Amino acid sequence: MISHSYRIPDWIAKNSRVLDLGCGDGRLLAQLVETHAIDALGLELDPDKIATCLDLGLSVIQQDLNRGLSNFNDQQFDTVIMTQTLQAIRRPDLALSEMLRVGREAIVTFPNFAYIRNRIQLGLAGHMPVNPQLPNPWYDTPNIHLSTFRDFEELCQTLSIRILDKDTSNLSGKRTWLGTVWPNLFGEVAVYRLTKES
Amino acid sequence: MTASLGVVTPELIPFETPLTLERGGYLPRYDLMVETYGTLDAHKSNAVLVCHALSGDHHAAGYHESESNKPGWWNHYIGPGKSIDTDRFFVVSLNNLGGCSGSTGPLSINPETGKAYGPSFPEVTVLDWVHAQARLADHLGIEKFAAIVGGSLGGMQALQWSITYPERVGAAAIIAAAPRLTAQNIAFNEVARQAIMRDPNFFDGDYADHDVIPASGVGLARMVGHITYLSDVSMGEKFGRSLPREDRDAEGVNFAVEQYLRYQGEQFSGRFDANTYILMTRALDYFDPTLNESIPLPEVLSTTQCKFLVLSFTTDWRFSPSRSEEIVDALIQAGKPVSYTRLESAHGHDAFLIPDATYERIFKAFMDRVHQDLGGNV
Repeated sequence: MISHSYRIPDWIAKNSRVLDLGCGDGRLLAQLVETHAIDALGLELDPDKIATCLDLGLSVIQQDLNRGLSNFNDQQFDTVIMTQTLQAIRRPDLALSEMLRVGREAIVTFPNFAYIRNRIQLGLAGHMPVNPQLPNPWYDTPNIHLSTFRDFEELCQTLSIRILDKDTSNLSGKRTWLGTVWPNLFGEVAVYRLTKES
Repeated sequence: MTASLGVVTPELIPFETPLTLERGGYLPRYDLMVETYGTLDAHKSNAVLVCHALSGDHHAAGYHESESNKPGWWNHYIGPGKSIDTDRFFVVSLNNLGGCSGSTGPLSINPETGKAYGPSFPEVTVLDWVHAQARLADHLGIEKFAAIVGGSLGGMQALQWSITYPERVGAAAIIAAAPRLTAQNIAFNEVARQAIMRDPNFFDGDYADHDVIPASGVGLARMVGHITYLSDVSMGEKFGRSLPREDRDAEGVNFAVEQYLRYQGEQFSGRFDANTYILMTRALDYFDPTLNESIPLPEVLSTTQCKFLVLSFTTDWRFSPSRSEEIVDALIQAGKPVSYTRLESAHGHDAFLIPDATYERIFKAFMDRVHQDLGGNV
């Protein structure tokens, strides 16, 4: 279980409207309802996780993110969050554009494929990394679009997305000083706060 | 732990204030046949209204007379520890106006003529049912329902409630429903009505005067309807191309599915009034909170104050998941709290009545939270 980055709550305004794409068991949204009194909506595919969200009193819609967000209005949310899901989406570029169409800001986290441990597994051991963040073998993994800090920022530039803030955390959601100094090498989870270039 | 409600007893409640109906008619007085389960709390805040579908009635859960009888139509989902937990909620279920299970309908005596209404029973709509249900709530001292729930046509009543009496609904569960019927839906209803009307024993609805019932027409209507409630998959699994059972009447029957449909038709025609069937299908056809698209659905729903649970079933083609998603999307557009799941099921439209672990879990999670938000303990 990967904990949500400690930074996310700092980037959420009190009483704001928040959409969480792939909200899982609803932990993050429920926490933000508690601490920030947000108006929360989650999207999730798995009915068991939807039931867990309902236990927490959350509103959650079963929706496949690969089919877009066309049922949402432009700028309907203050913040659209997607944690550890971007790499599993068929078209991450379209997903990012949609997030910033329906939301004023977006928060995205994903596994940094250039993290040192991945580099060692690939570069020295010579096989695809398998570790707690990327636990699946290459032939059967939902993580089909792995990227790095550097790749992601290039995509943001192409899509005219402005990076308001970025950070890195480990799997416990905590900051590490090495990751802060040199994110593309020592950052395990990439954490971005984005908006559309005006 | 879940348990049965055991034997339950309906009650006939009279209403002496006239009711003016949406499509122009009026009822000088009426009775509603009602069942309740569980206990109304001191604040009268834990009431749940259960709305029935086309051929349902007030008997939603428990057993009449003895547990050897068939239980109520939603017995799997209503009872102690069940999705609608009668240890927590006070459940109200009624036979709608125009019905044939005890509430005032075509079989009842018109006090102004001293004779059964028959085909002269005024046209009723979903909105009329909701108004009558609101009067029932007044009678029971219930100012606001904790939740209003229903499947199919019952879900439409829950939706109408959230629009018509927003301040009186805490939560709405709309299951296997649609915001309004499509041409195909209306077409199936029309075939059913024609089957009844063309029965020589129908006599323009005055069959009672001739001491007959249009059993063949009602049976045929049910057969058509029943096909639309099942799915190709479930019929394939249940019957495939197997031959008729020999322990039942198989005259002129070539396949088991034919025998099954005939049996369903016969059973139904023995218990369901033809005029009621016509009236209920018309209420379905006319249901349209957008008033023929003069108001977009998100705008219609913009004044609702409750939270919503919308559920659909993958193989339902009577009201397919995309119809439920129209309601969900309109609620999202209107910025209303809504949860939605498209449940995997092989059972077609009938899935809303059939036991299923995931359906039960999600429905229960929603309802338990409704109770928790009342200040109750889970």
